[in-house]
Amino acid sequence: MSAHTHHDDNDFLFKYIFSTDHKMIAKQFLLTGTFMGFIGMMMSLFFRIQLGWPGEASPILEAVLGSWAPDGVLAPDKYLALVTIHGTIMVFFLLTAGLSGTFSNLLIPLQIGARDMASGFMNMLSYWLFFLSSILMLASLFVEGGPAAGGWTIYPPLSALPEAMPGSGLGMTLWIASMAIFIMSSLLGSLNYIVTILNLRTKGMSMTRMPLTIWAFFVTAILGVLSFPVLFAAVLLLLFDRSFGTSFYLSDIFIAGKALEVEGGSPILYEHLFWFLGHPEVYIILLPALGITSEVVATNARKPIFGYRAMIGSILAIGFISVLVWGHHMFVTGMSPFLGAVFTFTTLLVAIPSAVKVFNYLTTLWKGNIKFTPAMLFAIGLVSTFITGGLTGIILGDSALDINVHDTYFVVGHFHIVMGLSGTFGMICGIYHWFPKMFGRMLDKRLGFVHFWLTITSAYGVFFPMHFLGLAGVPRRYYTNSSFPLFDNLIDINVTISIFAMIGGIAQFIFLYNLLYSIFKGPKSPKNPWLSNTLEWTTPVEHIHGNWPGAIPEVHRWPYDYSKPGAELDYIPQDVPMGPDEKDEGH
Amino acid sequence: MLDLLIIVSVVLGIIALAQLIKVLELAGQARGENSWDVTDRDNKTQARLMPVFLVVYFASIIYQMVAWGKYLLPVSASAHGETIDNLMMTSWIVIFPVFILTHILLFYFAWKYSYDKNRKAEFFPHSNKLELLWTIVPTVVLSILILYGLNTWNNITTPVSQEEDPVLIELYAYQFGWIARYAGDDREFGYANVRNIEGVNALGMDSTDSKGWDDKIVRAEFHLPVNRPVQFIFRAQDVIHSAYMPHFRAQMNCVPGMTTRFGYTPTITTSEMKGITQNDEFNYILLCNKICGAAHYNMQMDIIVESAEDFEAWLGEQKEFLPIDGSPKALEVESIEVQEEATDGSASTTASIN
Repeated sequence: MSAHTHHDDNDFLFKYIFSTDHKMIAKQFLLTGTFMGFIGMMMSLFFRIQLGWPGEASPILEAVLGSWAPDGVLAPDKYLALVTIHGTIMVFFLLTAGLSGTFSNLLIPLQIGARDMASGFMNMLSYWLFFLSSILMLASLFVEGGPAAGGWTIYPPLSALPEAMPGSGLGMTLWIASMAIFIMSSLLGSLNYIVTILNLRTKGMSMTRMPLTIWAFFVTAILGVLSFPVLFAAVLLLLFDRSFGTSFYLSDIFIAGKALEVEGGSPILYEHLFWFLGHPEVYIILLPALGITSEVVATNARKPIFGYRAMIGSILAIGFISVLVWGHHMFVTGMSPFLGAVFTFTTLLVAIPSAVKVFNYLTTLWKGNIKFTPAMLFAIGLVSTFITGGLTGIILGDSALDINVHDTYFVVGHFHIVMGLSGTFGMICGIYHWFPKMFGRMLDKRLGFVHFWLTITSAYGVFFPMHFLGLAGVPRRYYTNSSFPLFDNLIDINVTISIFAMIGGIAQFIFLYNLLYSIFKGPKSPKNPWLSNTLEWTTPVEHIHGNWPGAIPEVHRWPYDYSKPGAELDYIPQDVPMGPDEKDEGH
Repeated sequence: MLDLLIIVSVVLGIIALAQLIKVLELAGQARGENSWDVTDRDNKTQARLMPVFLVVYFASIIYQMVAWGKYLLPVSASAHGETIDNLMMTSWIVIFPVFILTHILLFYFAWKYSYDKNRKAEFFPHSNKLELLWTIVPTVVLSILILYGLNTWNNITTPVSQEEDPVLIELYAYQFGWIARYAGDDREFGYANVRNIEGVNALGMDSTDSKGWDDKIVRAEFHLPVNRPVQFIFRAQDVIHSAYMPHFRAQMNCVPGMTTRFGYTPTITTSEMKGITQNDEFNYILLCNKICGAAHYNMQMDIIVESAEDFEAWLGEQKEFLPIDGSPKALEVESIEVQEEATDGSASTTASIN
């Protein structure tokens, strides 16, 4: 524990920029992630204009996008570019780095009772690599040919051949460079989280006394370490195919008027490598969100989380199964039907631990004493989206059913609800809950209430109708549905979705206003505003290096002693010693 | 223009809302409340909104089903598609009650157990019985779904056997269109490779391979006979495409460098389906369902399902491969010398011999 002795508080550069303090790094991740998230969201609004009113000139698009929307109509290849970068930013920059980076960094040392991360320097490096990769990704928007446009999964040969589409030129090279750096950032972060959780827990903080947030971050970090290097390998081989004439993914291709000299590679290999990360990635997003929700639900229901051990068990089970299911993204690639059967089996198994989690949340609410803080509202919203989106997963995970809804809007609806909304709700929930811990000030509750109700209404307004589009056979990533008479009467659905998307987008600006205003002008936070049990609320409001001014508190109980019979208050923080007759629920 | 008006009114609505919050905030401050601590009044309001939201959510789903249900795909036009639709219906029957029940519980509990300072929450950390219950019940239900699903999947993916006399069709995808090739009387496709692509030979067929001489190549639309199995072979020229035929519940990726396959038996002719959908303009379609470039959204081919007689008549009208200057059958006669010369040459060499 000597990693943070070199800090110099008087030095602005090292306090705010090259800080090795986990709390500052968490804030850096939050601000960068939120910034990227708003860019990703704005992109979705731009392409929703095209989808709702295809071919109609829009002065907004012309003003903002310039040459991407000649005469106010978005160009087809730029539509794909927006879709691609929207997906990349939301999945990786907002919901991986923004979510895990912020809350793992903030909460791991604070909730396990450590003075900082195991390696403050690696932590700082992790943030700055993330920053660099964000810059590269944004820079790719301005290069000739535009950014990568082959979908966020960048399947070759489309992504490997510059002749295939404008975005497969320099834009794609930058995408690969950005993601390679992103992966390094993620690995440095994840290794740090794992080591910190295993080695730096305070006295009494056994693994089964850790808050569920920490369990979720722990399993997430392990998933990241196991799967991100595979994506690294995948994009590296892609880079070789693009730049050095190899053909790992290419074979028998005739494009732009000539046959290429490539032989023997297989694009399916890329798909396997990509989804070996791609599917665990879903849980890299979801698990932290679920961990945050567990904590917020217990605190605000003033009730222990129901089935603490079952919750840990299901986090572990979800983590384990998640690396065995990647093939369900590939049922119709021509993969062996036997493999399809195996992946159907493993995929549907995920529903069991997920069901356990849902029922445990419901039982936690039952006979609770619920305080509706904005964080609690988003936690309830997450349970709803997790159910709604999770259930359609039972359809998509079934190979026979997937044949006809694969790559349709049904999938878009499904994953946006179960991963996009749940992930975002979890992140927003965490921001409302731990904002006082991060900035020492409070967010405005009324703006929070309005933000929540507008968000959940518009979110379902956007994504629920997509199931109908999918069941009508509309493929995703179509610039317009107007080329097919079959889809002519679906335009109402698209208009509805686009209008709700705009309401939802505006609602996020209410949140942004609340966030920015409160960072500087919000009322000062008390030490433990939500009367919570976990250790982070025992630290002083003003951030100090090493987190606790004196000795690190010792932990005597599990984190969920809310409304314990016999206790005077409805919460007992973890550092309060056990009473003589008290039963220890954590062990 | 109407839409723009809607957007403008939404923006104005939000501004109005923001002003209202400002007023509420000032009123709250006057009463001595702060801007973050959740009061009893807040709890009551939020708790009441919970069932309201639930009702709105469910009502909107019912509305969507009524308003948009008629736009969903019509009955399956293929034999295996019916088994998929049955499996789909079974899945919905399992999913919907769970969805409704859990949502009712979630929002009911949230409303019912909102904060009351005179009450204490029940300390109920775990119950092995309950946890076992909701591990076992989903396990059993999912086991049934898995078995049912795998059974359906195995039936669908079993290749069509030659005894069933399938129509052999190759679907060839390129940026941005489709070409279909029928195997002809020998029921085998001639060898083809992208390296042979030249001029009109868009499929890259090897003109020295006699198996290809009776292959028939069609564009814009292809025909299928009703109630006879069709075996599709898929190829792609440049990037990954996906052959999606939604009415037949059929989809398979077309991948450069390899062939993929899928088979089905059409059961409803195009004209019958026009009656079922009450739409005279109705047409079965093949579309691309894997992002493949800027015009991905417009890669289509019509599919016509008709009686066996009509199908044979249509196929008879289609031209065979290599009709350049005389029939390819003539090549067959002088096959020995032609093939010798052609093995080291390309399609163009063969043509010049003719």
